[in-house]
Amino acid sequence: MSHKAPQDRDKDVKKKRTELEDSSSSGFSRRDFIKGTGIAGVAVSATVLLGDEVAKAAGRAPAEGEWIGPEAVDVTLRVNGQTHKLQLQPRVTLLDALRDRLDLTGAKKVCDRGTCGACTVIVDGKAIYSCTTLAIDAQGRDIQTIEGLAPESELHPLSQAFVDNDAQQCGFCTPGFVMACKAYLDHEPKPTYEGVQQSLGGNLCRCGTYMGIRHAVLQAAGKGGQS
Amino acid sequence: MDYKWPPADQRVLIGKRISRLDGPWKSSGRVKYSYDINRPGLLYGRMVFSPHAHAKVTKIDTSEAEKMPGVKAVQIMFPEGKEVLWAGQEIVALAAETEDQVRDAAAKVRIEYQQLPHFVLDESPDKAGAQYTKDLTEKTTGDPATAFGQAEVTHQGRYGATVITHCCLESHGQVAEWNGDSLTVWASTQNVSGIGGEIGQGVGVPGNKVEVITPVMGGGFGSKFAGDAWGVACAQLAKKAGRPVKMMLERDQELMVAGARPSIHADVKVAAKKDGTLIAWDSHSWGTGGPAAPGAPPLPYVFKIPNSRVKHTAVLTNIGPERAWRAPNHPQMCVITMGALDDLAAKLGMDPVDFFRKNLGITGERAKTYDEELTKASELFDWKKKWHPRGDSGSGPIKRGVGLSIHTWGGAANNSNCSATIHPDGSAEVSMATQDLGVGTRTVVAIVAAETFGLPLEAVTVNIGDSKYPAAGASGGSTTVGGVSSATRRATVAAVNELFDKVAPSLGATSDQLEAVGGQIRVKGDPAKSLSWKQACAKLGATPITATGKTSRDLTSANVGGVQMAEVAVDTETGIVRVQKIVAVQDCGLVIDVKTAESQVYGALIMGVTYALYEEKLMDQQTGHCLNPNMEFYKLAGIGDVGELVVHMMTGPGYDDRGVIGLGEPPVVSPGAVISNAVANAIGVRVSPIPMTPERVLAALAKGGQA
Repeated sequence: MSHKAPQDRDKDVKKKRTELEDSSSSGFSRRDFIKGTGIAGVAVSATVLLGDEVAKAAGRAPAEGEWIGPEAVDVTLRVNGQTHKLQLQPRVTLLDALRDRLDLTGAKKVCDRGTCGACTVIVDGKAIYSCTTLAIDAQGRDIQTIEGLAPESELHPLSQAFVDNDAQQCGFCTPGFVMACKAYLDHEPKPTYEGVQQSLGGNLCRCGTYMGIRHAVLQAAGKGGQS
Repeated sequence: MDYKWPPADQRVLIGKRISRLDGPWKSSGRVKYSYDINRPGLLYGRMVFSPHAHAKVTKIDTSEAEKMPGVKAVQIMFPEGKEVLWAGQEIVALAAETEDQVRDAAAKVRIEYQQLPHFVLDESPDKAGAQYTKDLTEKTTGDPATAFGQAEVTHQGRYGATVITHCCLESHGQVAEWNGDSLTVWASTQNVSGIGGEIGQGVGVPGNKVEVITPVMGGGFGSKFAGDAWGVACAQLAKKAGRPVKMMLERDQELMVAGARPSIHADVKVAAKKDGTLIAWDSHSWGTGGPAAPGAPPLPYVFKIPNSRVKHTAVLTNIGPERAWRAPNHPQMCVITMGALDDLAAKLGMDPVDFFRKNLGITGERAKTYDEELTKASELFDWKKKWHPRGDSGSGPIKRGVGLSIHTWGGAANNSNCSATIHPDGSAEVSMATQDLGVGTRTVVAIVAAETFGLPLEAVTVNIGDSKYPAAGASGGSTTVGGVSSATRRATVAAVNELFDKVAPSLGATSDQLEAVGGQIRVKGDPAKSLSWKQACAKLGATPITATGKTSRDLTSANVGGVQMAEVAVDTETGIVRVQKIVAVQDCGLVIDVKTAESQVYGALIMGVTYALYEEKLMDQQTGHCLNPNMEFYKLAGIGDVGELVVHMMTGPGYDDRGVIGLGEPPVVSPGAVISNAVANAIGVRVSPIPMTPERVLAALAKGGQA
């Protein structure tokens, strides 16, 4: 890639953009696909993918025809209210930047393919999969990780609800679930049992903690825990 | 000393509903798993693995990879000239400054192979042929030929469960860091005490120079007992680079090589008298767990049918190695046996509850438990109202049905050691090198210690998850809770008795007259004569009390019984099965923490829904590859897929007095069978093997009749 002639790079960029436009103009996005399926973990999800929405709103999106990388570039991320200036290759995912560079390891790397939700963080109020979001595309956005939910000595009411309802076993999916639940409750302050079933299908647990999670979400909503 | 568990009316913490102590660490996202350990100077490791299912490695060239940016160490894991037996066999490990750099470098490793014939299917021993099969011993009990001749009702069918994987969310792996000739390993392991020696041997240092640290871990389910080749390679990379290395398996590698539950399929013939009395069983089973032949499963399951002939054939494949999967062999044996018995009951026109009851006499020592559990489950499920004969007679495409299954498991305590210390300032701690896989082990240890000391839970510090503490058994086979609870009980009783010895004179009593209750050391029957815990501990002077305890058979037991009932809805047009409800009634002796115990059962049911309906390791014979080493197509149940779950723990007289018994595996045994039986009850045909995918449901419907 790095040895390609600039004109070839431009072709690649244009091809990629055309593909993106095609997929959006077809009226069948990945989100629609997820919504239309109800079996084994691809149920309707509050966790949505950031795609071109991010590119549009990014603080420093590449201009038309501009090529950046593959060398490291300056990247500024606002995470939990703090600004971090990093040098990252453009290919670095938001998840790797958070975990490997900022030591914010609450978001987990599990499927690394936008399937399981263990890497869920909240960007501009929306739950997203940080493993399929590039760090450069998250610039200029308000990124919240689970570490930002409450000061270190305190427990956010939603985290407390996970404890009270034993909504976790090994706990590796838990931070992703907590963030997905937070984004869900922020949008739906009065969740129903059925709504929870429908809306948290973008996160997967292997130990089988869904019973506790159902109850934790309802408890947090009752306590107004969606601050 | 009196170590026995306190009687029910004196238990303050044991048997109550207590939230797990590590809950806040996890739900705040702040606790560090092995995958999260970021040490100063950390390098990232990655492995290059074989794309071929069976091949000889002829040449390994890492020269180009070594020159790649950021690369700090390269380690050959598999020698030239040796044969790989599955796709995913790790050949070379590398370490570099970033995850992206190590991925780039891995792509530059050149490995040449001489491809050899492979086989990855387990459909039948005939298709596999002699080269890929090994017949294990045939076993005959009683006189099956005569019994089948006298049978009034006989049923034949094929049942089975395919290969699945563990799919731990935290993949296998570790961070390794050297300090001189001492090695620290933050490992995602079920075996904190055990893997140090293994990794040490691999890198040429004694086990006592290896510290294994695992305060929390992200799931094992039986696949994380070993230090593993990647544990040794990670330490080797760290040694070569002179820097700590993190090497966790990528998801595809995790699903390809880090553990498979063997398949078991069986052709079964089973016979009974008209009244339902089981008299004969014949099965030829087969299955694969990779290139090695595992032991034959002891069929039939739970019901010891008096006349039986059992034969097993191992199918030897290039699919990747098997590892213990939560209740090894039991879920497969359960779906085979309970499926065949359910079909026989249908042929007899009997309600399966009546049929199972009729034969409880041949279930052995847990017959009374099953009887009581069948009563309880029927009540919670409303079985009598919901059960109908085979085939939902309703006219719509959605058919409803119910199913029943029973199971057993050993769960005897592992060998664990606990050290309990009472400090002069009143602080108390218990230490043991056990691990908490997410099952509540840390919480159980704290409950037992606090109960014994008569202190609130938060007054006791629990030190686990580090090999520097007294050795404890690996967490497998549901052996942990018995091991850690009894060792903790013995250590803490011994410690508090030493405290009694110290303070008895000042209370004008002998130490055997004292008790530790409600934060006080007091004279039994005369609570006015007391010291606060803190006052009592102050009498220790400068030296703390430390006492040790080992696993005790007197405080623990083994062999549990469980009953499950399920209700399903099957869409006969799409083949989609929905689990509406599962009731699980489970015995595990004395329950230390009801809350985390129930969570174990809920989790087992959900894991059971997954293996009954969704998950399967799909292999392609053409390429020898696993087709779904990712989480899009290796499917786990989501929150909307699991229906209503009801859990009832059998406790009280007859149960508590058996002592503590493990719980992790037993409730995961029946879900495959119970959902399979419910589907058969709904649509009138058997769907086999599990998972009951839409494709298999539609195929069974198209075939019609009994399987």
